[in-house]
Amino acid sequence: MLTLPPDFEIISSMTIKIKKGLDIKIAGKPQPIKGEVVSSAEYTVYPDDFAGFVSKVYVHQGDKIKAGSALLYDKNHPDLKITSPVSGEVVAVNRGEKRRLISIVVKSDEKNDTEKFDTATAETPEETKALLAQAGLFAFIRQRPYDIIANYNDTPRDIFITCFSSAPLASDTDFVIQGQEDDFQTGIDTLARLTNGNVYLGLSKNNKADCLLNVKNAVVTVFDGPHPAGNVGVQINKIKPVNKGETVWTTDFQSVVYIGRLINKGIADFTRLVALTGSEVKPNERRYYTCLPGVALGDFLKSRLTADTASLRIISGNVLTGKITGTDGSLHYCDNQITVIPEGTNTNEFFGWISPGLNKYSVANSFASRFLDIFRRKEYRFDARIKGGKRAMIMSEEWDKVFPMDILPEYILRAIIAFDIEKMENLGIYEVAPEDFALCEFVDTSKMELQQIVREGLDKLYKEMV
Amino acid sequence: MQFLRKYLDKIKLNFEQGGRLQAFRSVFEGFESFLFVPNTTSKTGVHIHDANDSKRTMSIVVIALMPCLLFGMYNVGYQHYLAVGQIADFFTTFLFGLTAVLPLIIVSYVVGLGIEFIVAQWKGEEIQEGFLVSGILIPLIVPVDTPLWMVAVATAFAVVFAKEVFGGTGFNIWNVALIARAFLFFAYPSKMSGETVFVRTEGSLWIEGGQAIDGFSGATPLGQIGAATQTVQIANTLGNPLSTWDMFLGLFPGSIGETSKLCILLGALILLVSGIANWRTMISVFVGGIATASIFNAVGTTPAMQVSPLEHILLGGFAFGAVFMATDPVTSCRTRNGKYIFGFLVGMFAILIRVLNPGYPEGMMLAILLMNSFAPLIDYLVVEGNVKRRLRRIKS
Repeated sequence: MLTLPPDFEIISSMTIKIKKGLDIKIAGKPQPIKGEVVSSAEYTVYPDDFAGFVSKVYVHQGDKIKAGSALLYDKNHPDLKITSPVSGEVVAVNRGEKRRLISIVVKSDEKNDTEKFDTATAETPEETKALLAQAGLFAFIRQRPYDIIANYNDTPRDIFITCFSSAPLASDTDFVIQGQEDDFQTGIDTLARLTNGNVYLGLSKNNKADCLLNVKNAVVTVFDGPHPAGNVGVQINKIKPVNKGETVWTTDFQSVVYIGRLINKGIADFTRLVALTGSEVKPNERRYYTCLPGVALGDFLKSRLTADTASLRIISGNVLTGKITGTDGSLHYCDNQITVIPEGTNTNEFFGWISPGLNKYSVANSFASRFLDIFRRKEYRFDARIKGGKRAMIMSEEWDKVFPMDILPEYILRAIIAFDIEKMENLGIYEVAPEDFALCEFVDTSKMELQQIVREGLDKLYKEMV
Repeated sequence: MQFLRKYLDKIKLNFEQGGRLQAFRSVFEGFESFLFVPNTTSKTGVHIHDANDSKRTMSIVVIALMPCLLFGMYNVGYQHYLAVGQIADFFTTFLFGLTAVLPLIIVSYVVGLGIEFIVAQWKGEEIQEGFLVSGILIPLIVPVDTPLWMVAVATAFAVVFAKEVFGGTGFNIWNVALIARAFLFFAYPSKMSGETVFVRTEGSLWIEGGQAIDGFSGATPLGQIGAATQTVQIANTLGNPLSTWDMFLGLFPGSIGETSKLCILLGALILLVSGIANWRTMISVFVGGIATASIFNAVGTTPAMQVSPLEHILLGGFAFGAVFMATDPVTSCRTRNGKYIFGFLVGMFAILIRVLNPGYPEGMMLAILLMNSFAPLIDYLVVEGNVKRRLRRIKS
C-alpha cells in the first residue's frame, strides 16, 4: 500500500463563481433511483474513446481473456494498455478503411474472472504509473495541453479532477459516489503520488457528499455557476492556468474510483452507474443502471424508449459531447450517461425564419419562447437537427457569453483554422479542449462544427510540436 | 403544408447533380430553405442546436427596418405633394411614395440577389442571406430621385467588389450597403446631393407629377447648414422653420429611410431587445457624436460648429447609421472593448466630417467606412491585451 509523506495534507477550500455559460433547458433528467444491473452477451471497446492513444491490438480473435486483461497497447508506450471490462472470448477485431482499428468485441462468459494485480509493488511514482498502465487505468488520465492521454513519462505540474458534470442531464456525483467513498479517497491518495504539485478537486456548490467535501490530500475548489463550470478545462483556467511548457493531468471522479478499486482490491473493475436520460426515454426508466462499459445497448433500451429506435438518436454521453451509437451500439468506455433524443429528420418546419417560435429554444431573444419562459417552467424536447444553414462567422461575441475562460474563443478558433501556431499559443491553445467549445457550437448561429475544428487543430499541433 | 413538402421532394431530383435543372440548384435550395427549416441533423459535435440561425437573424433586421421603410415611403409622397402644392389624403400620399420607392427596392434586390445566386451556384454553395439586409438598406440610404440604373450599377459594384471578392457574407471588410452608397456618391455626385434629388417633383410610374411651387427648396437640413455662412434657421420644404419635434418625426427631405428618428428608435428597440445589434456599439456612436458636437459648440465659429448635439443626432443619417450600419456584426469590431472604441470613433468622425468638410454636409457614411477599415486594427489591439495578460502569467 501507499505511504504518504506526513506533510502532504493540504486541505483548503474556496468558491469560484462562474458567470458565463448556459444550462440548456432540456427535458429528460434522471431520477435518483437505482435500476437493475444491465449486462449483455457481447461487450465492445472502441479505441477512439482514448484520444492520443495509438492503438495496437494485443489479442487475437478466439483468445480467452479475463476482466482486466490487455486488449490494446499503445504503439509509443507499449506498457500502456487498454483492458477488457469483462472475461470471455475475443470474437471480433473490427477494422475500417486502411485497416484502421474500429472496435474489439469480447463475448462475455458471465464468469467474471478477473486479472489480479499486485498492488504491493506500487511504491514509487514510477511503479504506481506502471501499475495503472498495466491495468488499463492510466488511459483514463488525460493531459493539458492537447487533451489527449497523459504522457507516461511526464511528471505533471498538478492534477485536476472534476467531481461533477454540469453538462445537460448529467448524472449526480453525490448519488453515484455512495458506497464508493473509500475507493475514491484511495484513488486521490494514489494520484497525489504522481505529481510534485497539488491534486485539485473541482466541486459543484450542490455537492454535499462528505467524501468530496472533506477529502484528504487534495485542494478543494467549489464552483458555482452554469455549464461548463464542470469542465475540467474551465476549472484549471480559474484555479491555476496552464502556461506554455507546463503539463497538467486531468481526470474525473469516476476514474479516481476505478484507481481506488485497483489499489484496494487489486482488480480493474470498471463497473459504474450509468444515467439513462433524454426526452425519449420513458419517464419511469430515467434512472441509474449498473453496468460495465462496452455493454450492448439494443436490448436494454428496447422496452425503455417512447418510440421506435429508427426515429431516435441514441447517444453515449451527453448531448453536447457524446457519440452517436445506433441500436447496435454500445456504451463507450469513458461515459456514464446515455441520452436518447428524437432524430428529427422528418420534422418540416414551415417558414421557420419568421414564425414566432413559441416552443423553440434559443438563447437569442428573437424567439417568443424567450419571453414566455419568464412566466413558465418549460423543458424543451430537442431533436438533432442543426436548424439552419452553415455559414461563415457572422455574429460576434456570441460564443463569449458561454465561454467562461479568459480566452477569446473567436480569435483562438480563427488561429486554429489558419493554423497559425504562434497565435494559437498566444491565445491559449494549451488550455483548451474540444469540450470547452461545445456550448459555443450549440449557440452558434452559423452552425460551425467548433469541437471538430479544435480537435483537429490540437492533433495537428501535437504532431507539429512533439 | 404537407403537400408543399411533397411537391418539393418530388421536384428536388431535377436539381440534384446530374438532374435536368442542376444549374439552378442553389436557387432551389435557397427557396427550399426559405419555405422549410432544413432538417439536416448533426453528424459530429453537439447533437442539439439552438433554434437561431442566420436566416432568422437577418429577417429580424429586415423587420426592424420596416418602420423606416414605410415611413420613408409616406415621406416621399408627403414631400412631393408639398413641393407641387397639392393636397393629398394619406392613401394617395403613401401610394406616391410606394411607386417611387418600390422600384428602387426591386432593382436593388434583383441585381444583388441575382449576383448572389450566380456566385453561390458557381461556388457550389448554399445561398447566403446577408444581402437580404443590404438589399433593403441600399434604397433606404439613397435620395429618392436616384436613377434606377445607378442603383443597379452601385449594387452590383458593392456586391461583387465589397463582398464576393472577399469570400461572401462574413468576410467583407466594409458594409456592403454603404459601399453602394459611397460608389454612387463618388461616381455620380450631382445625383447624390443638392436641392433637387431628395424631393421628387416629377411623376412616379403612372402617377403624374407637377410643377414645384415658388419658394420650394428641397435642400436637406444638413445641406442648409453646410451652405450657410451665418447661423441658420433650419427650414422645411416650404421655408417654414423646423422644430425639434419635426426633426424627430421626420417629415423633411432626406434619404428615404433616414429622416424619422421615431421609426429608427422603433427599429433600434427591435434590434436591441432581440440582441442582434450590439448595444455597446450603438450607444458608443451616440456618445462619440454628442461629445464631439459639444466640443465644437464650445469653440464654434462657423454655423456648422454651432449645431447642437441634439440636432446633429436628429438630422441626416447619424441615427440611421448608428442603429443599422455601425452595428453590422461583420464589419464593426468583434471584441467587446473594441466595440466601445469603434462606436465612439464612428460618432466622432461623423460629426468631424460634417462640421469641417466644406464639400459635403453628411459625414456618417464616410465615418463608418473609415472605421470599418480600422476595426481589425482595434480588435488586434484588444486581442493583444489578452495575449499580454497570458504572457505576464508565465513571468509571475
